[in-house]
Amino acid sequence: MSGFDDLRDLYQEVILQHGRHPRHAMRLDVFDATAKGDNPMCGDRVQVWVSLAEDGSIAKTGFEARGCAISVASADLMAETVQGRGRDDTRALFAAFREMVRTGVCPACDSALTEPMERLAPLSGVHDYPSRVKCATLPWHALIAALDGTKEASSE
Amino acid sequence: MNDATTRAFDVQAIRAQFPILSETIRGKPLVYLDSGASAQKPRVVIEAMMHAMEHQYANVHRGLHWMSERTTEAYEAARDSVARLMNAADRSEVILTQSVTGSLNLMAHSFGRGMLKPGLAVLISAMEHHSNIVPWQMLRDERGIELRVCPITDAGELDMDAFERLLSDGKVGLVSMTHMSNVLGTVTPAERIVQLAHAHGAKVLFDGAQAIVHRRVDVQALGCDFYAWTGHKLYAPTGIGVLWGRKELLEQMPPFLGGGDMISSVSYEKSTWAQVPHKFEAGTPPILEGIGLRAAVDWVLDIGFDAIAAHEADLVEHALARVGKIDGVHIIGHAQDRGGVVSFTMDNAHAHDVATLLDRQGIAVRAGHHCAEPLMRRLGLDSTARATFGIYTTREEIDALADTLTRVREFFA
Repeated sequence: MSGFDDLRDLYQEVILQHGRHPRHAMRLDVFDATAKGDNPMCGDRVQVWVSLAEDGSIAKTGFEARGCAISVASADLMAETVQGRGRDDTRALFAAFREMVRTGVCPACDSALTEPMERLAPLSGVHDYPSRVKCATLPWHALIAALDGTKEASSE
Repeated sequence: MNDATTRAFDVQAIRAQFPILSETIRGKPLVYLDSGASAQKPRVVIEAMMHAMEHQYANVHRGLHWMSERTTEAYEAARDSVARLMNAADRSEVILTQSVTGSLNLMAHSFGRGMLKPGLAVLISAMEHHSNIVPWQMLRDERGIELRVCPITDAGELDMDAFERLLSDGKVGLVSMTHMSNVLGTVTPAERIVQLAHAHGAKVLFDGAQAIVHRRVDVQALGCDFYAWTGHKLYAPTGIGVLWGRKELLEQMPPFLGGGDMISSVSYEKSTWAQVPHKFEAGTPPILEGIGLRAAVDWVLDIGFDAIAAHEADLVEHALARVGKIDGVHIIGHAQDRGGVVSFTMDNAHAHDVATLLDRQGIAVRAGHHCAEPLMRRLGLDSTARATFGIYTTREEIDALADTLTRVREFFA
């Protein structure tokens, strides 16, 4: 259409949609943890707020992002997929996600993480763009920092 | 390109001297619009460095053998070429550093700690690169120097009324200012800055990292006291920068780095310093880089800044007309006097996404805050995409940029 068909691996429709109209791009009024993520190389910034359920699992995630379509879409898909997950579960999901955006393959896709990883799979095209991998992982770094009680995360 | 320029300047002949320009990116010809970050290297520079490594290389300033003497001559010739480029009164006013950052840190240390008393101020502008902000902040926090920032207008020009006001109490000891913004392309009114600063008792240092590439910098005509730039944006290798300074000032300044080459004599009780410029050049210098710098400067001088400036003015005019006309694309910075830097934003698209799509077509631009975060805040922006032009840039490349941006716009619409 616009001659960028070879870019559809990176900018899949679902990413453009989440990048343009994120559903979780909001500051939570009531929250249990928050942290900022900062990529000093490119100036991307994100803040993540989390509220926890009584069992310690994530009840709701909101974010404010200043960054590209990839980072906003990644934050939005993250907020969607971590809902209801405990801390260790979230960490395992991030590890699998990071592996996927770095390598393009999904080691955990036939495990208990199959379902969320399939939802995150549109971001796997990032692996072809090494300078953009950090755009996709920055919101996750912020989320993990919030869960760990650290205030700042850096994707550096 | 108009006729006058064509006669003086054949861009295709220039391009033929840059081996890298025949590379392709994913099957598409490289359109390199990131020369403001670092310029490509002509064959004469590559060959000068290779020749040194293959035929004529040793350490400099110390050997008594043939190789060392020849290498010292070749390296020191860089100082002569730079003095010629800048019209320095004396070759010893040219200090060779590692980068413009190295030059500015030398100034913050040697001039800042040596000649600025606590309570005095350093005046910068609101469109500085981080490298002309952070060394002064460090000096401020350590020594009680005040750091003042001269605002810019919405067009991206220095606010000259504010500039004069900020000088008026006579406390500014040094104006350290960009000669050309790496984000806005604005060329600052150097002569006027010097005039006003000197009238209020301040010395003037220009960060010429961008300006040196685009126009003749005659330090005696400008009347400034110090001028810093770096080789790699002027078609020379990385790892070599320049600080020019007035000899009488350099002589009063204490050294920066201590070590070999910068001393006159050393004992455990006391060391004495070498003469300017060697006082500021501790350790083995960037020898090969200096040889490359000399080749680059001689090559540029041979082409001449009249031809370079005319070519660039033509490119900027073309870029503002083509890129500025695209619906939803906004040029950032509208200074009257500007060089080959064109920053822009696009509605509904982040600069990083724009840069990735351009890259897919073989077009290299920079995107982000361009190491100028305070300026980005002043502009109310997170980032811009930035196309910068070199001696080898063509109108056709700018057309490729504009055509592709039109398609990027459709992609993100």
